[in-house]
Amino acid sequence: MSNLTENMTAEQMMINTFSDNFDAITSSDTQAITLLRQRAIESLKKNGLPDDDTENWRFTSLDPLFNTPFKFDFSNKSRPFDISKIFSCDIYDLDTFSITLLNGWYVYQNAPLTTLSNGTIIGSLSKAMEVYPELIDKYIGTLTDLEQPGLSALNTAFFQDGIFIYVPEGVEVEKPIQVINIIDSEDPVMVHARHLVIQEKNSKLTLVHCDHSLTHNISFTSSVTESFLEKRAHQEFYKIQNKGPNSAVINNAFFRQKHLSNLVTHALILNGGFTKNMVNVALQESQTKAELNGLYMVDSNQHVDNQIFVDHIAPECESEQLYKGILDDEATAVFSGKIMVRKEAQKTLAYQNNKNILLTDDAKANTQPQLEIYADDVKCSHGATVGQLDPEAMFYLRSRGLNPKTARQLLLYAFAREIVQRISIEPLRERIDHMIDKRLKGELSICDQCVLHCNSKEPTVFNIDVSKL
Amino acid sequence: MAVDKSNDILDEVTQSEYKYGFYTDIEMDQAPKGLTEDTIRFISAKKNEPDFMLEFRLKAFRHWQTLKEPKWAHVHYPPIDFQDIIYYSAPKKKPQFDSLDEVDPELLATFEKLGIPLNEQKVLAGVAVDAVMDSVSVATTFRETLEKKGIIFCSFSEAVHNHPELVKKHMGSVVPYTDNYFAALNSAVFSDGSFCYIPKGVRCPMELSTYFRINAANTGQFERTLIVAEEGGYVSYMEGCTAPMRDQNQLHAAIVEIVAKKDAEVKYATVQNWYPGDKNGRGGVYNFVTKRGLCEGENSKISWTQVETGSAITWKYPSVILLGDNSVGEFYSVAVTNNKQQADTGTKMVHLGKNTRSTIISKGISAGFSNNSYRGLVKTSRRAENARNFSQCDSLLLGDQCGAHTFPYIEVGNKSSIVEHEATTSKISDDQLFYCLQRGIDMEVAIGLIVNGYAKEVLSKLPMEFAVEAQKLLSISLEGSVG
Repeated sequence: MSNLTENMTAEQMMINTFSDNFDAITSSDTQAITLLRQRAIESLKKNGLPDDDTENWRFTSLDPLFNTPFKFDFSNKSRPFDISKIFSCDIYDLDTFSITLLNGWYVYQNAPLTTLSNGTIIGSLSKAMEVYPELIDKYIGTLTDLEQPGLSALNTAFFQDGIFIYVPEGVEVEKPIQVINIIDSEDPVMVHARHLVIQEKNSKLTLVHCDHSLTHNISFTSSVTESFLEKRAHQEFYKIQNKGPNSAVINNAFFRQKHLSNLVTHALILNGGFTKNMVNVALQESQTKAELNGLYMVDSNQHVDNQIFVDHIAPECESEQLYKGILDDEATAVFSGKIMVRKEAQKTLAYQNNKNILLTDDAKANTQPQLEIYADDVKCSHGATVGQLDPEAMFYLRSRGLNPKTARQLLLYAFAREIVQRISIEPLRERIDHMIDKRLKGELSICDQCVLHCNSKEPTVFNIDVSKL
Repeated sequence: MAVDKSNDILDEVTQSEYKYGFYTDIEMDQAPKGLTEDTIRFISAKKNEPDFMLEFRLKAFRHWQTLKEPKWAHVHYPPIDFQDIIYYSAPKKKPQFDSLDEVDPELLATFEKLGIPLNEQKVLAGVAVDAVMDSVSVATTFRETLEKKGIIFCSFSEAVHNHPELVKKHMGSVVPYTDNYFAALNSAVFSDGSFCYIPKGVRCPMELSTYFRINAANTGQFERTLIVAEEGGYVSYMEGCTAPMRDQNQLHAAIVEIVAKKDAEVKYATVQNWYPGDKNGRGGVYNFVTKRGLCEGENSKISWTQVETGSAITWKYPSVILLGDNSVGEFYSVAVTNNKQQADTGTKMVHLGKNTRSTIISKGISAGFSNNSYRGLVKTSRRAENARNFSQCDSLLLGDQCGAHTFPYIEVGNKSSIVEHEATTSKISDDQLFYCLQRGIDMEVAIGLIVNGYAKEVLSKLPMEFAVEAQKLLSISLEGSVG
């Protein structure tokens, strides 16, 4: 364990930490990965960390984070651990293949790498670096851009473990794979996790990625996910966040899509102290489709930042973004979505929409829906709204005898439902639906256990006399 | 084939050239090249300015030296050598006229070519024109009529001499010299511009108009416009720009400041037609302008309407600060880029007062190899209760080598505001074209019809005189496609 010290720039601090712990960090590296890390450090020296002048970080400052004396856990290893001792998560009726990361390290009951009967490999990235070095070297670091001042470089330098998933050609993984990311530490801890997902042709995968904190202690998690969808591959990616107020999470997900592949992502942020989710999608070959959905419900002084970049490189691709947010108390939300349509990407269809509801005068919404278009035969549109509940809709409900509180909840619930409806796994949809209902009624705070650990299967009930509507 | 035909037409569009490419051979009084404190003292001395002006300029210059050129705009150009520019250039025969008859005939001929019939306008249109050629205001018509109403409409330098208290009070109050790089530069070296003052309760009986034109080579045009409307005042103001054809790039860094007091209304219309460079992107004007209005009083209103067809590079964001309660800001824009033009333009609406409203309608048209960006900010502060904004930013792409971009920034800081933004990007739809063609309208007329219809929402906001000219300009810029 090493300590971050003060009186140094954050970059310098991190670079020193890197050189001090070089042997521990690189212990299971392939040669290519060590080189990659050195490039990342060079970039960090040159470009630094994002500050207020960095366009995509204007509203999300990292300063308070890097002023915290975080500790690192370099010497840990992916190891056997009975996760049920400290944590249990089950979505009612949902049968998942569940894997767990504890403070960024893969923990397991049997083996660090599991090969399913259909050939799918699931397990620890650090173990995979030893067992499948060629496969890892071929893919890792190919989607991240180290030249940007961002956290990709930092993550590349520091990651040691994470999730590795390989789905062979033609395989449809039936059960969703659930990744549970737990932070459990007495000390403020900084975690860099790296995930690699490779899907061969015609494969199908559903990933449910949950971020949790077990304690209310300060923590900072940065994760980079690189996901490769080969021809006609299909992926559904769920990110569910219900973190404590003292946790900071920066997720950076990269997707590369080949011909006819299909990607659907959902970011569901129900609680989180400081959250920044970056989603980068490269539509590299023709006729690919990407649908990105997001819902954030934040209150107190939570901060959530969704940054999306959809890169239309090839013709005849489709993309759609729909992000909705409800902001209460002094919460702030940032949305910056960019659609880039390159010269060759003719016949592109691209849509982007961000809608926010502010419930108080102290909540703040900053939204930047951006289009950058270099091809002419395209249909692109974007929209953004920031407002409140429609007074006419309120009046309609009130005139039918609903009290203001119920009317308000009903409208907010309807607002959020547009996103919830898009969740295709039914048990998960029902659970999220229920959680949102609880969240709106103020009953759902960050649980000490998994947010999805609500065993009652009561359906969403509003006390409404429907006959009056 | 319809597609081939439309490609031919688009090719023609991309090959159309600047129609205002003549220059006037008038003897010029110039400052030496380069920018130092001496240049600034030279300009100030030439203009015989009072001390407060020189101090203002020097302060701005010293501040400018500490700044770095901004790089965030979506435009690319070689670095500007600010020492290679002539910062002052005036016609040698300093004109002081009571009537148009005394104006240098060659200058008048220039205006004729530009299509500003000073004489005709005086009689027919009833437009008061303050024409600025290379930074010195040469003729002001209709001043007498305006004077009777108490309206001051004159060149900036005259205002400095005749109404120093007004200039002192309002200059820099909306765009301080610390605002940005080019505003600081302008504050240091501006040579002239227009000044307009509408006293309390006065409704300006005619459309006021200025024409800017860059004439000499290697000169930057740094004009500064200040419009003040006192309580209940109203004015509609028009600005037009043209520049001769030259190989070098010319720099234009202007400032426009508008102050609207309680119940006042100011309409500002621009038809910007600076030389855009030839089709290889050589030459053309760099148009880096700071335009901002302040709705200071309650119920005040400022509206910007612009038709941007010229300049190699446009970098301009006419903004409104809605400080007074119930004040209104409007922005209507058509920006056309062709060949290798680059435009990064839009607006800022800063809502500070209660019940403030703003509307943004922006229509971008890109053709050739050009890049056209909308960049705008809508911000509502915590105390701007019930603020309302609606923005619509559409882009039309003609040809597959151009780019159209939208960068809106929306920052909302209270719960009672409603901010909406919509944007679409597309080419002229095949369905629309087919519909026209099948009714016997030929391709060229059809494209013209569609483009004009697309821009109509904005063109209809222009004063009558300008609307005609704007449509003409639109057709020149997209020659071959507009009937």
